Amino acid sequence: MSTAAPVSKPRRVALFIACFNDTLFPETGRAVVTVLERLGLEVDFPAEQTCCGQMHANSGYQLEAVPLVRRFVDVFADVEAIVTPSGSCAAMVHDQYRRLAELAGDPGLARAVDEVAPRVHEFSRFLVDVMETTDVGAYYPHRVAYHPTCHSLRLLRVGEAPLRLLRSVRGLELVELEAANECCGFGGTFAVKNADTSAAMLTDKLRRVLDSGAEAVTALDNSCLLHIGGGLARLQTGVRAVHLAEILASTEDEPAPAPAGEVSA
Amino acid sequence: MSFEPAPFPVAARRELADSQLRANLRRATTTIRAKRAAVVSELPDWEELREAGRRIKYDAIRHLDKHLERLEESVTAAGGKVHWARDGAEAIEIVARVAREHSTDEVIKVKSLATDEIDLNEGLAERGIHAIETDLAELIIQLAGDQSSHILVPAIHRNRAEIRELFRRELGIAELTDDPHELAEAARKYLRSKFLSVPVAVSGANFAVAETGAVGVVESEGNGRMCVTLPRALVSIVGIEKILPRFRDLEVMLQLLPRSATGERMNPYTSIWTGVTPGDGPQEFHLVLLDNGRTNVLADPIGRDALHCIRCSACLNVCPVYERTGGHAYRSIYPGPIGAILTPQLRGLEQAPTLPWASSLCGACYEVCPVKIDIPKLLVHLRGRVVREVEGKGRPDPEVVAMRAFARILVSPRRYRAAQRAGRIGQWPLARRGMIRKLPGPLAGWTAVRDMKPIPRQTFREWWEERR
Repeated sequence: MSTAAPVSKPRRVALFIACFNDTLFPETGRAVVTVLERLGLEVDFPAEQTCCGQMHANSGYQLEAVPLVRRFVDVFADVEAIVTPSGSCAAMVHDQYRRLAELAGDPGLARAVDEVAPRVHEFSRFLVDVMETTDVGAYYPHRVAYHPTCHSLRLLRVGEAPLRLLRSVRGLELVELEAANECCGFGGTFAVKNADTSAAMLTDKLRRVLDSGAEAVTALDNSCLLHIGGGLARLQTGVRAVHLAEILASTEDEPAPAPAGEVSA
Repeated sequence: MSFEPAPFPVAARRELADSQLRANLRRATTTIRAKRAAVVSELPDWEELREAGRRIKYDAIRHLDKHLERLEESVTAAGGKVHWARDGAEAIEIVARVAREHSTDEVIKVKSLATDEIDLNEGLAERGIHAIETDLAELIIQLAGDQSSHILVPAIHRNRAEIRELFRRELGIAELTDDPHELAEAARKYLRSKFLSVPVAVSGANFAVAETGAVGVVESEGNGRMCVTLPRALVSIVGIEKILPRFRDLEVMLQLLPRSATGERMNPYTSIWTGVTPGDGPQEFHLVLLDNGRTNVLADPIGRDALHCIRCSACLNVCPVYERTGGHAYRSIYPGPIGAILTPQLRGLEQAPTLPWASSLCGACYEVCPVKIDIPKLLVHLRGRVVREVEGKGRPDPEVVAMRAFARILVSPRRYRAAQRAGRIGQWPLARRGMIRKLPGPLAGWTAVRDMKPIPRQTFREWWEERR
């Protein structure tokens, strides 16, 4: 599987926030900016960015996704490093962009994809592999379970990177999640097209999160966390789903709010 | 028994409520996953073996025409007779003809997916011929008038109390407990008399070697060995994709298959025969090469990777969807991830348009596939074909219209921002005290079991602009 090529440490990075985070999880974007700036990086946010096209590409609308691929490679054409807090959007660029360019029969787009894709980094991998750091000065005094999302695990192969970051967080107790590598049942449109099967998968994931004794469950993708967190909230578990970036942004001086289940009406 | 068609979500809903099925599958798939992982981890060259397997199957399918002609020559030279069957009906007619030539109204069968795919047993019954399944699980399925729910363990959804009742009723055994050994012994006694008396056997094959004409079956119970050695005539119905170019390709395949299938280093019985050997085994051998939709699959340069499958079922055992819905939800003899890419291609996309969506695209299947079929890639590819060739044709359905409109919004930063604002305003009747409990229309499935986070007051980009 293709992953980002190693590069020398950049001074500036461009943030690809992902439409999902932009709209529903601005707190994750703010946390990413906080962590990157804490490391001395200058962060850009190209305003012309929208969506990577993953939902369309994975739902059978590959042709409709092609203009979004084109937009992405145009917006990020001249940037040294692109960082995104979405494992599945990073995987989309690495795993599918080339194929979509071929489907569109556009060799120019394929070349542009080959140029841009190696510079797209998933947030945790960027910190560990490119910035060569695992301790970003975070403080988060809670019991946390880590759920490896499928695309970060099997397409990006982030491996130990997020765990190394979590182990370096002061006060954080990392708890074991049983059958951690099993899909949570989100799967994009799968969650609504096959809502019953998705629910059956979610139930088992929730049971394991609850069994772990964690106060919060974290991951590299807010889409899976929307699904897991939505289940945790509906059942009034009091366990929170929180993106890794928000844990890493939390410090003694400016701690993240204590894990509390979202209030369910 | 053939399956009544039903969309996957509808069929899955019924199966999800079957607590026996759920418990059996959870136990069985957990066990087999652990066994597979153990025997795979002891081979340092497993990844190289997978790559070798992939290349062998790629070559076999890429040059299928050449290999098939070679196979026909080899089998004929070794004293076998080769038949070409365009579809199930032609294959069934060939078996019926052989049975009639041997004046029998019974044939014994080795477990075979190809014969299930074409509903051979029903076809023979219409012609007055009774096909007797000799694999224990297949026998259970047949006696119960049930359908297989797993490629390798067809009766995985049944329990032993049910099997005891079934054997008492169908085999006329009064005294029988639910002890598995006793159940197996009852089946053995029933089958032994058939092995010794029925003159014609029907099998499938795990592989057919173009170079030598060797045909082989890999199994655990020994019933297959009985069927391919004792009767006077043997008919093997083999999908054209089962071909291997060279005999030495078996070195790779016979390592990959048992470890991936049953989690064993080696399966108990491997039977390989080449045409007819005078004085040894069946003196009449028919090889039926079955198309039944396979050349259509071949026409799709991406989709045809599905023909590389060696039917190990490793993808079923690791699939979180299969583990919960079981095989019947797929309404095909080929369930699980491989079924989701194979069935729509073999039957035609319009016959099984929901199957490519019966996956969360988690990728666990690709990770274990012994011949490295990129199942998630094929699922996504077939979703695209369904949208373009089925749902988007004529008057497109509402989802197609909505998704196309949504793409036009996303491609323009101006329209995208307008949509964010519209969503924030439009959600107000739904959001109550921090969460949305009920979404309308096609999104209702989400809020059936999950709360939905509403769009917050400020998007990230609004925060960014304010900050600068």
